[in-house]
Amino acid sequence: MKNFAYFRPTTPEQAVALLEARWGNTEMLAGGTDLLTLQKQYIAQPARVVSLNAIGGLKTIAVGERSASIGAGVTLATISSHADLRRLFPALTMAASEIGGPQIRNMGTLGGNLCQRNRCWYFRDEHSPCLLRGGNSCSAIEGENKYHAIFTQNHRCVIASPSTLATGLIALGASAEVLGPQNRRRNVELAKFYTAPVGPNDREHSLAANELVTSVTIPVRGLNSAAYEVRQRQASDWPIVQVAVAFSGGRNGEKATGVRIVLGQVSPTPLLSETAARALEGRPINEANATAAGRAAVEGAKPLGQNGYKIRLVEVAVKRALMLAAGLPRYWEA
Amino acid sequence: MIELETTEAGPSRRQFLQGTGAAVTATALTGFAASDTPAAELQPGGGGQVPAVGPGAAKITLNVNGRDVQTSVEPRVTLLDALRNYLDVTGCKRVCDRATCGACTVMLDGKVVYSCTMLAIEAQGKAIRTAESLYNDGKADAIPVAFARTDAQQCGFCTPGFVVAMKAVLEANPQATPAEVERGLQGNICRCGTYEQMRDAIYSLCNTKRV
Ligand SMILES: Cc1cc2nc3c(=O)[nH]c(=O)nc-3n(C[C@H](O)[C@H](O)[C@H](O)COP(=O)(O)OP(=O)(O)OC[C@H]3O[C@@H](n4cnc5c(N)ncnc54)[C@H](O)[C@@H]3O)c2cc1C
Ligand code: FES
Ligand code: FES
Repeated sequence: MKNFAYFRPTTPEQAVALLEARWGNTEMLAGGTDLLTLQKQYIAQPARVVSLNAIGGLKTIAVGERSASIGAGVTLATISSHADLRRLFPALTMAASEIGGPQIRNMGTLGGNLCQRNRCWYFRDEHSPCLLRGGNSCSAIEGENKYHAIFTQNHRCVIASPSTLATGLIALGASAEVLGPQNRRRNVELAKFYTAPVGPNDREHSLAANELVTSVTIPVRGLNSAAYEVRQRQASDWPIVQVAVAFSGGRNGEKATGVRIVLGQVSPTPLLSETAARALEGRPINEANATAAGRAAVEGAKPLGQNGYKIRLVEVAVKRALMLAAGLPRYWEA
Repeated sequence: MIELETTEAGPSRRQFLQGTGAAVTATALTGFAASDTPAAELQPGGGGQVPAVGPGAAKITLNVNGRDVQTSVEPRVTLLDALRNYLDVTGCKRVCDRATCGACTVMLDGKVVYSCTMLAIEAQGKAIRTAESLYNDGKADAIPVAFARTDAQQCGFCTPGFVVAMKAVLEANPQATPAEVERGLQGNICRCGTYEQMRDAIYSLCNTKRV
């Protein structure tokens, strides 16, 4: 790891003042579960590291009648065991409790999870050509791509979005509170937070390099929600495909409205599937309708050489996430 | 993409320290010693009075198995390397060094973390416990004893991580079921594959009969 100067601000404003307008020379450190590994592999080589871990204000959870706010520094373990969050936002807490093992959940934070870098093995191998590290082409398009994107239209880099909290939060209509220089605060819907990167000056999200996520706000709307993931290993790995869903009603023959179906690990950004939502809007959630939504979700997928198998996984994951959110029997566990 | 420029360059650390003679105050407030190497030049974004530590070695104090110990490390040194290479606490092992295998597991204020993926400097002020803490006054804790009885290790390299992870579960909940203990081991891998014997150890620790 390249050595660096370490800063330990105690307020978000101090932290922002230490950041730079360009990516690369300065990095923020939260739980370190992604950043330190990137540094060891020389993918990140900051000369300055700004720790967010002494900023008390980033570690609070406030649950109100209309919305809940979770500090960016709250750990995944705290999210997954928080009684109110579990009751109100299963799409979030179900995903949080499946991340890594207890060590990752004790260390990893909400902010770090949302801003984690992608898992492409070419990106993470300093010796492979990679667009995101200044190369001329994406090695995954013609290379080993079984875990990459299947919605590849117009994408020159075919990473799969890694965060399994982003999908649930997007389904629930959450937004990020962002602090920038000169005390500029803005609120970004998470549905608009992610961008597909194409070069070394891009990240997987739309924050500027001198902006900090301070918290995430989730509206309390009494939605039914759930997340379902398909994993190769039960722990210590990212899922191959993950789906989060949220809707009003939909149970016991009632119509589902405001349906949001978000696909993870299948395109460079989490994908809010309009075709799947349309297939279900105004209908009750039952096995047949959930199956139809799964089929609609994969319309237009353009897989790479090795990952066509993900299409079927997405279909099934959409169906099961919907059935979980509607409280229908888990036929797959029988 | 939004481009935001920082226009306000804060005073450099050196100027600030000279101007106010506040080196001692800043250190006392944050509990972190300023480094031997001034890093003001490295502070293009400003940052007011937040002192830089490093890139040279700086003194840190760690509380390891109930004892405060001091050493001097560069900011990049991980807790694992500080424990093993600077403090000679070698129970925690370095295997993947990438937050996936659990051989480096230690408890921090009672919660398990991967010491390979945490900066030593950030572990200050926390109670760090390694596998060494499971051996006191010539007596081993029930967990390593159960491991020995059930032959739950081969090469043994993963074992200190597993016993610390198990201790964390059983300390937080002495009534934990075998399934709950196993869930607490999700973040640990045994390359020799001694999982079945470990299950025997878990069942004996939970006073449950394995069927
Ligand atoms: C074995 C393993 C399995 C995993 N499985 C999963 C999984 O199934 N699903 C999943 O979603 N994740 C998974 N992860 C990733 C894990 O969730 C993330 O590494 C973790 O949440 C990152 O949080 P952190 O606090 O450690 O971030 P750090 O490593 O400290 O930071 C990560 C990035 O985010 C930036 N950052 C941190 N905080 C902020 C902030 N407040 N504002 C702006 N930028 C910020 C940092 O600068 C850095 O670039 C896994 C990780 C491992 C090692
Ligand atoms: S050495 Fe730390 S997790 Fe493997
Ligand atoms: S006993 Fe050898 S790795 Fe577990």
